[in-house]
Amino acid sequence: MVLLQISEPGQSTAPHQHRLAAGIDLGTTNSLVASVRSGSADTLPDEQGRHLLPSVVRYLADGAVEVGEVARADAALDPLNTIVSVKRLMGRGVSDLQTLGSVLPYEFVAGESSMPLIHTVAGNRSPVQVSADILAELKRRAERTLGGELSGVVITVPAYFDDAQRQATKDAGKLAGLKVLRLLNEPTAAAVAYGLDRSSDGIIAVYDLGGGTFDISILRLNQGVFEVLATAGDTALGGDDMDRLIAAWLMQETGIQGDPGHAMQRRLLQAACAAKEQLTDRDEVDVFVDLDDGSRRQTRLSRAQLNALIEPLVRKTLAPCRRALRDAGVSAQQIGAVVMVGGSTRVPRVREAVAEFFAREPLVDIDPDKVVAIGAAVQADILVGNKPEDEMLLLDVIPLSLGIETMGGLTEKIVPRNTTIPVARAQEFTTFKDGQTAMALHVVQGERELVDDCRSLARFELRDIPPMAAGAARIRVTFQVDADGLLSVTAQEQTSGAQARIEVKPSYGLTDNEIETMLRDSIEHAQDDVEARRLREQQVEADRVLEALQAALKEDGDRFLSSDERVSVDNAARRLAEARNGDDARAIKRAIEALEAASAAYVDRRMNANIQKAMAGHALDEFK
Amino acid sequence: MSSVLTQNHFELFSLPQQYAVDSERLDARYRELQRSVHPDRFARAGDQERRISMQQAAQINEAYQVLKDPLRRGRYLLQLRGHSVDDQQRTHQDPAFLMQQIDLRESLDEVRHQADPLGALRALADRISDQYRALETGLGEALDSADADPAEALALVLKMQYFTRLHDEVQTLEADLEDELL
Repeated sequence: MVLLQISEPGQSTAPHQHRLAAGIDLGTTNSLVASVRSGSADTLPDEQGRHLLPSVVRYLADGAVEVGEVARADAALDPLNTIVSVKRLMGRGVSDLQTLGSVLPYEFVAGESSMPLIHTVAGNRSPVQVSADILAELKRRAERTLGGELSGVVITVPAYFDDAQRQATKDAGKLAGLKVLRLLNEPTAAAVAYGLDRSSDGIIAVYDLGGGTFDISILRLNQGVFEVLATAGDTALGGDDMDRLIAAWLMQETGIQGDPGHAMQRRLLQAACAAKEQLTDRDEVDVFVDLDDGSRRQTRLSRAQLNALIEPLVRKTLAPCRRALRDAGVSAQQIGAVVMVGGSTRVPRVREAVAEFFAREPLVDIDPDKVVAIGAAVQADILVGNKPEDEMLLLDVIPLSLGIETMGGLTEKIVPRNTTIPVARAQEFTTFKDGQTAMALHVVQGERELVDDCRSLARFELRDIPPMAAGAARIRVTFQVDADGLLSVTAQEQTSGAQARIEVKPSYGLTDNEIETMLRDSIEHAQDDVEARRLREQQVEADRVLEALQAALKEDGDRFLSSDERVSVDNAARRLAEARNGDDARAIKRAIEALEAASAAYVDRRMNANIQKAMAGHALDEFK
Repeated sequence: MSSVLTQNHFELFSLPQQYAVDSERLDARYRELQRSVHPDRFARAGDQERRISMQQAAQINEAYQVLKDPLRRGRYLLQLRGHSVDDQQRTHQDPAFLMQQIDLRESLDEVRHQADPLGALRALADRISDQYRALETGLGEALDSADADPAEALALVLKMQYFTRLHDEVQTLEADLEDELL
């Protein structure tokens, strides 16, 4: 382990070091990891030279976990313990399984929260844990290839993912021991990958059809700023659905009747997927299906037949395209470039339909499977600080409106969809009973008017409201969505200034307790020690805080701090540096908090000066 | 030094406090501001910087949305000048305007029964945006001219509110029609 050198206050900090960063595309069918090396971003292969890691995890009775190609090879043999397309379950509840049940033939059990658990021979696994196993495999691959520990990663999510799905993804990253710098929307990542080569400003459409999700984003690129104007999509529409349609056709053609059973279903889907892929550059393919009794049936599928089968799905992607254009306030003619993302955009009929819709040939120069990971790697490289002068900035939007439940099960929108994030909106509430000290808020996400038609995100209980006459309390609730698209809620009673305490009950997420247990399990499994890991985490955090502070002090410490203030900041920093070299995680945490308290005023002045500086050149000439 | 959170939106963007806004300049300022405050610029900074950066970025986003939108900018400017626009104030004294609204609403209701519903809806949308732009021009005069007229500006803002509601309904119907017909 490399120990960070902490320079004496006032002395220069260590020279800039290159930090290892990676972009991760956690896909429904395949996942990838990419990194910027010697100035160019590329995906990292495994030891056999394969870039795509199938998003398949198999749990064995002895506790071993297989991830990727090995697991996929066994999917048909051991369907109940081999988890595929787990991304479809992220942030979903037990009630969602009815719609997904036909796709995913697992045995589900209810967990402590409403997130369903998958029953395997190795015990119950949540979708978050399964995703964490995929991420951990990519982490190992990256650290082996790059030769060191990752400082941070950017994980991509479909732009259309709601809060629960994003939170589940972030939790999976945490469980895999990754420092998640940002959740980046997949289409934005793709635009970044393309935007680098083409410095042309203009409006870009990103059409992203993956294994299980469809996204369309409209972005404006202007001098390195990627501004998402609108996004729309369908979180349950993708190449898997094409495979299902083809599989159903195969059953019909080959005379397979009734319920084919788990193993047979897998074989049918694999045959369907293979046929679809072959038809990308052929007009006709022979398809073979092995039956349970060992016999084999054969049929033939033409591209024209395939096109007819998938036409309803292709058309289904165009409605979100129209909606995104409308929300962005642009016409199809104003689109300067169309970027294709996701393996399913290799299907010729898809390309054709997109070309027709936007009246221009889509860009396909970058491998549609890799483009998202490549864009994420570029962003990760910037976020860890390897390119301090880079001007690139990504401004994303919230894909679905956020609202709260009001009387009669109606929703009231607080943040409309396609609002640029981060965003903060405040709303005032009052009590309706004398002496009322608590209040419940139900936050939902979606466009419909009835709460039941939207997606429940969380129930917040405001407590410790000072008792007053009915209607006298004014409780200001602030809904904040950060750059990752994650919601947080704070509340304050306005007349007394009392901070209301908030208890969050996520509707589909994991409870803190569940995350803690999983973290413990995963560590025990790795023969590691919980305390050791916690200490390591606090040390990394301390290093980061100290490093950031030293860099800031060097830049403007003299400008914003009196000599007395400087002494107290330096003292707190020294105490943290000492604690950091000890072995008490809690002491480090306390020292970090103490340093933050000591430097609060400094940080405040700095951040204000920062924004003033941005506008400094304009103030004089333009106020006439 | 004034804090971002206490500056008004015009000050924040270093723009003159008036209704007329140079939209290119506004967009450019927005990008400059976000470039310096966005949380991605503070990915490795301490929690306090990240929290402040998020608040500042959210504030800039909010200010940008207000300044960009002709109606919200008008309301905001009136508010800065001490004339608050009451949401509940719905009655309108102008009979000609009300007749026009009734007429537009009838046209909207009839769209579905036209031979070419989408064509009819788009023609209606054009009519609405023409009239909205005329109100916008009027609002600029009522707010920016030497003899600024707050009462007239308030009346125009209320009229614009009618149009934005109508516009939202047009968009919803357009989405429904497209999903049904295309």
